[in-house]
Amino acid sequence: MKISRIAAIASVLFGLVQAAVAQETPKAITIATEGAYAPWNFTTADGKLDGFEVDLANDLCGRMKIECKIVAQDWDGMIPALTVGKFDVIMASMFITEKRLKIIEFTQPYAVDPSGFAVAKDSELGKLGISNERFKLENEASAQAAIDKLKPLLKGKIIGVQAATANLEFVKKYFSDVAEIREYKTTEQHDLDLAAGRIDALFAQQTALAATLSKPEFSDYTLAGPGFVGGLFGLGSGAGIRKEDTKLKDMLNGAIDAATADGTIKTLSLKWLKSDVTPVK
Amino acid sequence: MIDFSFFLEILPKLLAGLPLTMELALTSIVAGFVLAVTLALAQQSESPFVVLPIRGFVAVFRGTPLLVQIFLTYYGLGQFRHQLSAIGLWAVFREPYWCAIIALTLNTTAYGSEILRGAIQSVPRGLVEAARSVGLSTYLTYRHVILPLAFRQALPSYGNEIILMIKGTSLASIVTLMEVTGIAQGLIAQTYRAFEVFICAGAIYLTLNFAIIRALAALEYWMSRHLRHRPSTMSDAAS
Repeated sequence: MKISRIAAIASVLFGLVQAAVAQETPKAITIATEGAYAPWNFTTADGKLDGFEVDLANDLCGRMKIECKIVAQDWDGMIPALTVGKFDVIMASMFITEKRLKIIEFTQPYAVDPSGFAVAKDSELGKLGISNERFKLENEASAQAAIDKLKPLLKGKIIGVQAATANLEFVKKYFSDVAEIREYKTTEQHDLDLAAGRIDALFAQQTALAATLSKPEFSDYTLAGPGFVGGLFGLGSGAGIRKEDTKLKDMLNGAIDAATADGTIKTLSLKWLKSDVTPVK
Repeated sequence: MIDFSFFLEILPKLLAGLPLTMELALTSIVAGFVLAVTLALAQQSESPFVVLPIRGFVAVFRGTPLLVQIFLTYYGLGQFRHQLSAIGLWAVFREPYWCAIIALTLNTTAYGSEILRGAIQSVPRGLVEAARSVGLSTYLTYRHVILPLAFRQALPSYGNEIILMIKGTSLASIVTLMEVTGIAQGLIAQTYRAFEVFICAGAIYLTLNFAIIRALAALEYWMSRHLRHRPSTMSDAAS
């Protein structure tokens, strides 16, 4: 009786271990993206998926030596579809947030879109030009040093920033003592005011600023100074997976490490996003 | 569910926007009144070259939303930076404050001039003729007969316009001015408590408008003395 129970438990345990082993080495996975968030991921005119995350997904699969299928999935149903097993990975510029971590697991971030300034090329800050430096707000000393370097260049200037964003919190916290901050309902509105010369600087996501500055009206403006990440900006975009797929998480993390180390993420990001979104370790 | 200590926390933050709200309202109401009187008087002219442009201005500003007028003044004219710089006006249109004041002033001028035009026309013809018959000049007729009567006639409608302008200033937040409504929207983004914040902002406007309504009522009372105490000398003279 006792023995048979132990045997039963053992066989169940063995079964679980077997199942876990079977799951450990996925041969083929399906990756979902939104296909509607250019240039991160989008659908081309002939119906193919393309963009930064599609290229990156293919690269990561090559590194993991597994077969990948990339599918499009609407944004609002993405997490439920992952949990019921319609696909195995989400790569859709999804920010790693506390709320989502309650339901699914994320890999380490593969992209952190830093926030930075855009100013006129002939302004003091503009002459400084773009710096590829990234400062993590958690590293308070170095971040503060970078902020202190920017402060005198922005003294008495007017900074435009979108209301209700982490960007606004950032400029209010660090620059409200030297510069005037104006809050806009949309990013288009602060873009218009920069072009009109009513404000001296924009503070926003560097990829969004780069997209704005590529328009002809903004030929006299440039990204300037370093990018800021972490802290109140959150962790960045990661690949979403089911909580139980721990092996897949390790594989993806390994591939993201490798793609970061050999500069693949940087190359792809410069190609698609016109700025470097490689996460800072 | 409703946390009263939260009201006490947000009230001072919202009140910080009250001076700007009042400044916008007061400046545009005063400037608008001066312009409205001018336009109402100009419209007494017989010349179509004077009257028609004013009618056009009034039609445009009464017929379009204040929101659109503020957008046009601020973002619209922002496109003509170089032309405005050339005539030296960019310094004014560069500032969201002046753009808001200009849009609010022009809007209230259009409504105000219509109110006053109607009031001037409502002054009985006989009184005007009586004034002329005793030798008053046109200027003196307007100053002592027509305008005092017209202002008294216009006061209730003009009071409405003043209250509408106080509420109209809430649109200034779309051009980055942080008056009461702009601050309220920022607080909601931080706290996600739209109900409490807007109740509090609404109460500020209500209190301000209540004070204005009382002041206007007092003014009306003062201006209608003749309806309450008929001077005895008048009845003596009549008998």
